[in-house]
Amino acid sequence: MTISIFRSSAIALLLALLATGCATQKAYDYSAFKASKPRSILVLPPVNSSPDVAATYGMFAQVSYPLAESGYYVLPVTLVDETFKQNGLTTPADIQNVPPAKLREIFNADAGLYIDVKKYGSVYQVVDSVTTVTAEAKLIDLKTGTLLWQGSATASSNEQNNSNSGGLVGLLVTAIVKQIVASTTESSYKMAGVTSNRLLTAGRPNGLLYGPHSPKYGSD
Amino acid sequence: MRFFSRTRAVIVTALPLLALTACANQQPRLYGWGNYQQEVYQYFKSDASKSPEEQILAMQESAQKVSAKGQKLPPGFHAHLGLLYASTGKEDLAVAELENEKTLFPESAGYMDFLLRKYKK
Repeated sequence: MTISIFRSSAIALLLALLATGCATQKAYDYSAFKASKPRSILVLPPVNSSPDVAATYGMFAQVSYPLAESGYYVLPVTLVDETFKQNGLTTPADIQNVPPAKLREIFNADAGLYIDVKKYGSVYQVVDSVTTVTAEAKLIDLKTGTLLWQGSATASSNEQNNSNSGGLVGLLVTAIVKQIVASTTESSYKMAGVTSNRLLTAGRPNGLLYGPHSPKYGSD
Repeated sequence: MRFFSRTRAVIVTALPLLALTACANQQPRLYGWGNYQQEVYQYFKSDASKSPEEQILAMQESAQKVSAKGQKLPPGFHAHLGLLYASTGKEDLAVAELENEKTLFPESAGYMDFLLRKYKK
């Protein structure tokens, strides 16, 4: 009996979650974005505000997928990085300070994407180790310097495993195994992929608008 | 009774799955990505675990698989391959790949021409 009540409430809770899953928050003002109609995006090497030196390139390597699948031309990130290096610009902070007009002159992109990685890496928490990647982004019109859109997103390895069985020993073993995995930079890189998709996929609440290569272009 | 509880169990497992996919984009992907982003990451890591020649080979194989499926390669794929060719001294192949990028994505023309000026002297 108790079990059946528990089950019913679990179902009710899940239905409630389903209902709110796609609810829109306060509407974002897209007027500048819609007036600008960017076709190509120059992603600048992300500024790293986390303690992990791997954050800039872990994130930088993950941004092309969501932006291109949203319908934009993404300037090839490795070549962009080399071009900056050849011009003596090696730190993301210096690169993000280059005037938009100068960037447009070299790369001929419509918009620039300025990313700041706030969290990147794993934290060991007594019985668990959690990998978290959090990032903020601003899309700037490179012709005018106008802010077209800004957003932030986070992804964490403890989102999926809130239920755990095996008692305390089981938990400790899981934590140790996860620490070994998490201590490799690979898990942060994978988490950066989830964060990047959440941050830069068009069609999400308050997210980017679709670009010209998408069949949904102009529908939002 | 037994059947009932089993149905419930199925519902309870199915709902979170639904919740996870509810907001997912159902439309087909625009591009066949192959290993593009992994190779970009490999390049950035520059830990010498994979030589430029091995990276070129991996991208060529990936491009063939993507084309065999009738999919389009994503923005940047040809350009990155061009960069790898350039790093191994194969400048004619590098130029060809940058031209490919320009043909597939005319938006890239300004930047590709900027890069091509270095090779076409």
